Amino acid sequence: MARSNDVEDTTAWRASLSVAIPVALYGVSFGALSVASGLDVWQTSVLSLLMFSGGSQFALIGVLAAGGVAAGPSAIAASTLLGARNTLYAIRMSPVIGRGFWRRAAAGHLTIDESTAVATSQPTLRGQRIGFWVTGLAIFIGWNLMTLAGALLGDLLGDVSRYGLDAAAAAAFLGLLWPRLTALQPVVVAVAAAVVAAVLTPWLPPGIPILAAAVVAILVGVFDWWGRRS
Amino acid sequence: MNVWTIILVAAILVLALKLVGYLVPQSLIEKPTPARVLGLVTVALLAALIAVQTLAVGSHIVVDARVPAVLLAAGLLAIRAPFIVVIVAAAVCAAVLRMLGWAA
Repeated sequence: MARSNDVEDTTAWRASLSVAIPVALYGVSFGALSVASGLDVWQTSVLSLLMFSGGSQFALIGVLAAGGVAAGPSAIAASTLLGARNTLYAIRMSPVIGRGFWRRAAAGHLTIDESTAVATSQPTLRGQRIGFWVTGLAIFIGWNLMTLAGALLGDLLGDVSRYGLDAAAAAAFLGLLWPRLTALQPVVVAVAAAVVAAVLTPWLPPGIPILAAAVVAILVGVFDWWGRRS
Repeated sequence: MNVWTIILVAAILVLALKLVGYLVPQSLIEKPTPARVLGLVTVALLAALIAVQTLAVGSHIVVDARVPAVLLAAGLLAIRAPFIVVIVAAAVCAAVLRMLGWAA
């Protein structure tokens, strides 16, 4: 019995760290881009510590980089809407985490794409718990340290586009999107949303085209167009 | 609204959305329509962010080194390359094209 637990634990630890290490390293890119978008080192670090959700963080600084402080409300809306998926993850993780106020509060903060994905890929409850906490904590520590390093580095680098970091941010969003394109419906929504955002960009203040694209998803989702009719 | 206000408001909202998931009964959101809409909203926002991050400079649409970099990233994702490889390859692609003066 103990023997099978050992194997199980090792598998869960390995899965956690193989996801956590590259994601944490990527914090460097966030830190550098955040400084380039006009935030200082402190603001960048507080954002990573408190918000701790890569997609939302990139959305916030992306809108601020394009529209400045005037685009604040759109930046907040874009990052919040993008963070709404974490609510679904939390609901899914709730039975895995178990009871206890502090445990659930800590789990809440660590509920992100990666911790949920690793946890749900483990076959047993024990493995799921290890997967969630190890992935979440490893990314929390690594992401925040790397964000700080990137912010300090960004101050030295100056123009981050020389190093292709603007393209890296787009590629990161693509990396988050890719695993979701498993059926016709999300593909249609993704293409339509991209077209809507690009077409509206010259006409509306920065941030608004991104929010307009979300309307596409709400329409398609509510009426279940292009869905699997099962 | 200053930068600190924006950061704190956004961070608290994002954190609150995570915590809400541990408070609401499972049955409330795991119905098919809200779950589907939430999933698709994530897809739409990510796709819109890709479009803007790849094509926009402020309020202008500009085709520059970011476009081939993102296409390369898509190709690498299609052959299941690791996340970090995809990111680094996109950055290197854009940086090299700019260094050679082949793209802005």
